[in-house]
Amino acid sequence: MIRKREVKNVSEEILNVSNISISFLQYTRGLRQNLLKVITDLTLNISSGEVIAVLGSSGSGKSLLAHAILGILPKNAQLSGEIKYKGEILDQKRKEELRGKEIALIPQSVNFLDPLMKVSDQVIGEVEDEEDKKRKKAHQREVFEKYGLSEEVDDLYPFQLSGGMARKVLVSTALLTNPKLVIADEPTPGLDDKAIEETLSHIRKMADDGVGVLLITHDINAALKVADKVAIFYSGYVIEIANVGDFSGDGERLKHPYTHALYNALPQNGFKLYKGHQPLHGEIPVGCVFNSRCPHPTESCVMVNPDLMEIGGTYVRCNKYQQSNLYG
Amino acid sequence: MELRGENLSFRYGSKNWIIKDLNITMKNNEIKGLIGDSGSGKSTLCKILAGYENNFEGSVTLAGLPLPKKGFNPVQLIFQHPEKTMNPKWRMKDSLYESWDVTDDLIEKFGIQRSWLNRWPNELSGGELQRFSVLRALSPRTKFLIADEITTMLDAVTQVQIWDLVTTIAREQNIGILVVSHDKELVNRICDDVVYLSDINNN
Repeated sequence: MIRKREVKNVSEEILNVSNISISFLQYTRGLRQNLLKVITDLTLNISSGEVIAVLGSSGSGKSLLAHAILGILPKNAQLSGEIKYKGEILDQKRKEELRGKEIALIPQSVNFLDPLMKVSDQVIGEVEDEEDKKRKKAHQREVFEKYGLSEEVDDLYPFQLSGGMARKVLVSTALLTNPKLVIADEPTPGLDDKAIEETLSHIRKMADDGVGVLLITHDINAALKVADKVAIFYSGYVIEIANVGDFSGDGERLKHPYTHALYNALPQNGFKLYKGHQPLHGEIPVGCVFNSRCPHPTESCVMVNPDLMEIGGTYVRCNKYQQSNLYG
Repeated sequence: MELRGENLSFRYGSKNWIIKDLNITMKNNEIKGLIGDSGSGKSTLCKILAGYENNFEGSVTLAGLPLPKKGFNPVQLIFQHPEKTMNPKWRMKDSLYESWDVTDDLIEKFGIQRSWLNRWPNELSGGELQRFSVLRALSPRTKFLIADEITTMLDAVTQVQIWDLVTTIAREQNIGILVVSHDKELVNRICDDVVYLSDINNN
């Protein structure tokens, strides 16, 4: 467990994503087009000093959230809904101004580095003159030092970095511009336990220094180790946003049946079999997306798609809670 | 029946040995776990055991004989990323039936929906694709499965579903499995026996 330090400053809301949906325009046959919805309703917010994990299976489209915030969705994608950064609406122009500065990305792998440039040079990026270069170089050294990257690393090419070093380079690069929001897109797959632990502790450290972190992952163990809250992404919807502490015991504090199933399916928690599969993109049912797999479906679940509703600081999308709310 | 790797050594060119004098034996009624850190040679060993890598020293034998050079390979390797192993220009049914005449009963058991058969690989999620990879490999002629981190990229619910099916069918058909993973908890759950790569690798 990577413990959270007390955050000194009062936290402020950095990012507010409300009801965004992302669709892709596809050609099916000839000139016939089809609009494929990949994210239907994604809502979450992040405050400074907080790590929010978005947990979803691979291929579920959760990385699109990162692309939407940074304004790098492909041309055939349509984005609707609202993304606010520090209370102001984030449009394409603003995204381009902020990305790489106040909003930074930790990409999935070293493949995102330029293989033909030395680490230090590409990390510093554009410089105006010698003076500027000196200043930026000094700052880079300072940040690299903080993450245990010695001076030799500056002159290495990406292929000469070990997995762990590459990880540190990606993390410290994201921090060079003193961002307020860091998006980490699947930072752990393919790493061994030690490297995962290290990456996660870097993420925690950032947050403790006041940065808001959006951690996009399919690895529930990683999410539970470092996040404050976990948003569960299922078939294009956020179905629950739970506190990390709710993932304990038998998971009795988790509200959505899928979150429950996910927790109890972990090898260390019973490895319990739960049947069924997430509906495919384009085959999403009318009512609740989880209806066919739900242990306690009601009649309304076939027709009524529940909204994400708040219950004591956590959120759940389930008709059971909507009804108990309605009828006391 | 035994799958046996003896004195296996491998390196790229004249670089350092990735694996050196490694011995491993599996029985076809056994589910064996193999744990190793990243870069420890797990995937290299998998490729050697399944006959994908020819440039190694030592020998791999199945029931005392070398692996067949052509025709169906009774040692089937399943990879971590199914989206990289499926032919992107084939519909799912073509990829599935290429391997063997998969029975409808098994398709249903695997939770593969009829509509998925006509889809392209890029339209399915990793979990759905991995069901196809596993089913493809479970031909009646298969004697051993080498499962190289096959559920690492999947959510916990799908992970249980896949392992529940694979282990049940393997036990029914006497297929031996090598479960390669970095997840000790998972390996302890499903395997009869666990070996650590660091213990059997002499590099």
